Amino acid sequence: MSASLQLTRAQRDDLRTVAGMIVPASDAYKVPGADDPAIQADMLATLGRDTKLVAAALDHLARLAGGPLAELDAARRDAVAQEFRKHGGAAATTLVRVVLQCYYRDDRVLRSLGLELRAPFPKGYVLPEGDWSLLDPVKARAGTLRRAP
Amino acid sequence: MNDPVDVLIIGAGASGAAVAWSLAETKMHILCLEQGGWMNPAEYPSTGRDWEAKFYGEWSSSPNVRGRPEDYPINDDNSPIKVVNYNAVGGSTVMYTAHWPRLHPSDFKVKTLDGVADDWPIDYDALTPFFEENDRMMGTSGLSGDPLSPLTHPPMPQQPMGLSGAIIGKAMNELGWHWWPSDTTVATMDYEGRARCINLGHCTPACAQGAKSSTDITYWPHAIRAGVELRTHCRVREITTDENGMASGVVYYDKDGVEQFQPAHVVIIACNGVGTPRLLLNSASNRFPNGLANSSGLVGKNLMFHPYAQIYGYVKEPTDSNRAPPTCLWSKEWYDTDLSRGFVRGYGVQFVRGAGPVFEAVVSEQKGILPWGEDHHRVFRKLNGHRLGFSAICEDLPEEHNCVTLDPVLKDSHGIPAPRIDYTISENSRKMMDHALARGREFLETAGATDICINSPIPWGGWHLLGTARMGTDPKRSVVNEWGRTHDVKNLFIVDGSIFVTSGGVNPTSTIQALALYIADQMKQRLANLFD
Repeated sequence: MSASLQLTRAQRDDLRTVAGMIVPASDAYKVPGADDPAIQADMLATLGRDTKLVAAALDHLARLAGGPLAELDAARRDAVAQEFRKHGGAAATTLVRVVLQCYYRDDRVLRSLGLELRAPFPKGYVLPEGDWSLLDPVKARAGTLRRAP
Repeated sequence: MNDPVDVLIIGAGASGAAVAWSLAETKMHILCLEQGGWMNPAEYPSTGRDWEAKFYGEWSSSPNVRGRPEDYPINDDNSPIKVVNYNAVGGSTVMYTAHWPRLHPSDFKVKTLDGVADDWPIDYDALTPFFEENDRMMGTSGLSGDPLSPLTHPPMPQQPMGLSGAIIGKAMNELGWHWWPSDTTVATMDYEGRARCINLGHCTPACAQGAKSSTDITYWPHAIRAGVELRTHCRVREITTDENGMASGVVYYDKDGVEQFQPAHVVIIACNGVGTPRLLLNSASNRFPNGLANSSGLVGKNLMFHPYAQIYGYVKEPTDSNRAPPTCLWSKEWYDTDLSRGFVRGYGVQFVRGAGPVFEAVVSEQKGILPWGEDHHRVFRKLNGHRLGFSAICEDLPEEHNCVTLDPVLKDSHGIPAPRIDYTISENSRKMMDHALARGREFLETAGATDICINSPIPWGGWHLLGTARMGTDPKRSVVNEWGRTHDVKNLFIVDGSIFVTSGGVNPTSTIQALALYIADQMKQRLANLFD
């Protein structure tokens, strides 16, 4: 069963709203917010084993808000978000993690961070060898291994 | 019924692979039963764009989170440190950081030197040839000549220093503290069919390149070519005994879930510090009502984890982030006892090069240093790619109340009782951890780091599972003798981390495998009178 079928419309709306509160769009950094449709679609498509906890988090959020999160004024929304994050436990932690793990693999976001749009394998990365003369003071100090009787 | 085998090994991980390979030259019929399967590197996390997300699910280091059929659940609610492991051909070497220090000579004489715990019944010199043999087989990289570590001869050069290593080295030099390139099992050149490291960036959850040594690609191909039989997806429920009190074989569930009996003349357990006591306790019978090989009452007792005290921060310069093996350098500055520090024994340090963007975002948000809202982007760019870490591996002393027992309720997918962990961090360890955090803070501040955060202990840091079937010469105070045979059952051997008497302050896999090779060698020397 796809995860999107397990979240209600109201839950999906609140997920989008809270995601946009966690990571809003930024003109300065030329990045979308986590409420961007493509990022939201990624979240819903890959919720998988996290669906239950995310749904629980969204239910908690709905109880705190007393209605759709998007309909609250900004101050009330922030207060609800703070309460949610402070006392939401493992469910809130999971929801935030799901938002961030989908946000920080979006092409537009990675490009803005100067990261390559690819899996690590098979190309890998090049690591500078460095200057091993940095070890000279350690060698000069030496020291001794503790002896065993 | 299956035909009897000469030697039955339970578990195909670090120690099971080593002992299988070593015994293969005897030409005995050797069978290994492994509850997991063969790994497929094409499915490893680094092959996909969602590589970091996988660490929170199917590639979590916690069997409780992964929940694969090959895993068994562990009730670790009553422990501040959660057990992490992996169940497959290769065992937890599939999922480890490949950091490769070994116990020091002084670690075998803790009672004599420091008046705590017990001395081992063997010394470092007894293991030296097996450390060397194991380093060749696993393929190690490093720089020989560390003045504060036992002399090693890694066949490959050390990993590059990278950006992070240079920052670490300069700060440690400024403080006048010891540091050295770590010995690791990351291949820095092509080695024995393994391709060299290309810096995929996260060694722990399996290496798609095959540069990180895991026993599925090192020992096992050799052992199988030499005639060892390896049966996968076979979970052992219990070891059976005969009327003479000798092990007669095992009852296991095969890949189809069918119960089987496998007779054997010798049984070797290689399930590590949680799996081994679980199996022994699950093998209770009328002859052994408290569990097999448990006349001492010490099966499952004296669990040692190595509490990790980790401190990290963010420097202005870029670090290696996720573009390098996570561990590259160690320090033994505080390894040996100095009572002026307020605790006995000591700790090793492994430095951490950095983290990937998802991990950085998730953890920093949880720590409260990455805000929600407008400022999120500015702060994230300050943190991401700038992390530097200092992790102290604190020596855990044996205490009987830290233990593995059988959970009265929790069971695995075959209905076999699961292990329960009861563990507290000792006052001595707490003082050691606080000392390490203070030194780590000095290091980070010298490196110019800000936004310093602490994980003490690392909650999901129960990688090292030691001490629960300890080695000794006194059957009342130990489970196995000085060459790995259980005191109570003369054809039953244990070769994994559970036989450690003390834990040292280093990652244990190198020593676990050296012990397995040593025990195999002892068995080969005693074949004519193995059961005397």
